[in-house]
Amino acid sequence: MTATVTELDALESESIFVFREVAAEFERPVILFSGGKDSIVMLHLARKAFAPAGVPFTLLHVDTGHNFPEVLAYRDSVVEQLGLRLEVARVEEYLADGRLRERTDGTRNQLQTIPLLDAINGHRFDAVFGGGRRDEERARAKERIFSLRDEFGQWDPRNQRPELWSLYNGKHRPGEHVRVFPLSNWTELDVWNYIEREGIPLPSIYYAHERDVFERDGMLLAVGPYSRPRDGETVAQRTVRYRTVGDMSCTGAVASDATTAAEVVIEVAASEITERGATRADDRASEAAMEDRKREGYF
Amino acid sequence: MGAAEHTLLRLATAGSVDDGKSTLVGRLLHDCKAILADQIAHVKTVSEARGGDFDFALLTDGLRAEREQGITIDVAYRYFATDKRSFILADCPGHVQYTRNTVTGASTADVVIILVDARHGVLEQTRRHLAVAGLLRVPHVVLAVNKIDLVGYDEAVYTKIAEDVGEVADQLGIADLQAIPVSALVGDNVVERSAQTPWYDGPTLLELLENAGGRTDTSQQPLRFPVQYVIRPQTDDQYRDYRGYTGTVASGTVTVGDQVIVLPAGRRTSVAGIDRPIVTATSTAVAERPSAVAGEAVTVRLADDIDVARGSVIVAAEASPGTRRELAATVSWLSDRPLTVGARVLIKHTTTSAQAIVTKITGALDLDTLGVIDAAELHLNDIGKVQLKIAAPLAADPYSRNTITGSFLLIDAHDGWTLAAGMIDDEEGELL
Repeated sequence: MTATVTELDALESESIFVFREVAAEFERPVILFSGGKDSIVMLHLARKAFAPAGVPFTLLHVDTGHNFPEVLAYRDSVVEQLGLRLEVARVEEYLADGRLRERTDGTRNQLQTIPLLDAINGHRFDAVFGGGRRDEERARAKERIFSLRDEFGQWDPRNQRPELWSLYNGKHRPGEHVRVFPLSNWTELDVWNYIEREGIPLPSIYYAHERDVFERDGMLLAVGPYSRPRDGETVAQRTVRYRTVGDMSCTGAVASDATTAAEVVIEVAASEITERGATRADDRASEAAMEDRKREGYF
Repeated sequence: MGAAEHTLLRLATAGSVDDGKSTLVGRLLHDCKAILADQIAHVKTVSEARGGDFDFALLTDGLRAEREQGITIDVAYRYFATDKRSFILADCPGHVQYTRNTVTGASTADVVIILVDARHGVLEQTRRHLAVAGLLRVPHVVLAVNKIDLVGYDEAVYTKIAEDVGEVADQLGIADLQAIPVSALVGDNVVERSAQTPWYDGPTLLELLENAGGRTDTSQQPLRFPVQYVIRPQTDDQYRDYRGYTGTVASGTVTVGDQVIVLPAGRRTSVAGIDRPIVTATSTAVAERPSAVAGEAVTVRLADDIDVARGSVIVAAEASPGTRRELAATVSWLSDRPLTVGARVLIKHTTTSAQAIVTKITGALDLDTLGVIDAAELHLNDIGKVQLKIAAPLAADPYSRNTITGSFLLIDAHDGWTLAAGMIDDEEGELL
């Protein structure tokens, strides 16, 4: 099923309203920008909110060092073309000087939390836009659009502020900050319908391409510098695309022939498996993996 | 917007603990085929590990503590669609401690589903949730008489509860109430019509939701346009002198050439242009459009160079609400700290934040009699009437006429906590 223009326009207007509220009420907002589709749509909406002026926000990328090269190239070209300011918080620097240690499974999504919180504190960011959507995951379904974090960056789901009408309360004490989720009410399908309607360019890995992959826990992982097949896992070239991007070592591809946004819309509408269920190994770790990470300050 | 179009409906659930709200939501999503294979597999695994049958509540109760205690602690938002329309569902907690979350979910809802356990009938929480729905003027209220299987599908039990709730709803001025006998656990009358209730000939819950009218169309009301943020690019190009006022049209329609008044200053001018953004991979510009309606986020330019800033409200010249620094309002008190006369708070009304003093507590709603009783303080979950004196003039309408310019928050100036949801009374000063 495709959303009508009416629904997309309503979602777009709501998101634009949120960007303008934050620009008006906060001193130092920042947009988390990974080069993934949700952050790309978020930036597109932010640009619409302030046209013909530029986006009044800095971008922040928490770099795991396990990136898809196509995504980093996209990130850098967007920053250059639009004259934006990009801050990068690097997990690898933390590994190099011992502030973080590599996990036994080699994945790094979890390791992003400390560099993120350090960047927020270091730059004194008081509002941090994230592209999280409530349809992604059980704990995210509980998230407010304006989500207060304490000085440790912690989320307390039992003590969230009531969020009434469209009166967003961004008041916070020094040291606290607010996570802002302008795409809260969008679904994966809405995002793709919007990408198609607006003609938004994406990193090429979102569309079908040939890639050497191996199967692990029902997911197709790319063969690359951060992910190698173990004994008994066989490599094969498949036609795949990515539904999410993240740490290459734990982000799975899906078999797909969709080469355009319109074809992806059809594929997503018919999918019998959720975005995260299909592609994120780290969310399968426990019954409440995302909640636990969010409590620690993850986005 | 007619129901024939594929439109978005926002709904919220309410009810007491153990009335089966999460089970109903899980059942609704499951039977609408809105739950995907990996989510079902997950619930199966967890249910089996606990040695029980498939637990529909696990589809929505996502927090560790919720699963451990089997209760819903905070609102979860769910998204699903049928061939007829899309839904955003706020699954709200029932425990009295979390009533503020029910207010959160209901404040944006077109439909509130209030659950009552068929074995228990109307409880204080039922009355409280009906009062919240009435107060917030939710357009449609659905009474789901749940666990009808546990009373032997007895029509008399259902009818009695429907009549009891109908009486309360009448007193609260709830115009549209529809009752349905359901069993969330078994699935009776949720998506599938039940063979066990031949005496019920109304719609199933899903049919009702698919056909419910949406939010009240406010595009025909007088223009209200709260200014959020002023755009001044000050670049060296065609936009060197550009000055645009951004905002979302709260009500009415704004058209180029309209005569308007900018509040609180009260200056009269006209609309010189309305802009929409044109954003490509490499450039940002705007193009003109003739008009914009309620709900649209746009940028307005004015004919005269007058003082307009965040907090200004652009209104129709022929139907200005004027401004006021004193308000009589009904509030839903959401904080553990009681409200007392003389309290200093912050008020957030559209895009204005200002200091305010509570000058009077006129009364509180008695949930048993639904009458107003004297009150010296308002406590957590109380619904009461207050008077406020405000440090800045507000362009406010009664909530009954405009839910955006008629609503406000009270905020603790010290820690930023949201203390109350406020609704401005109309001239008659009716509580609801």
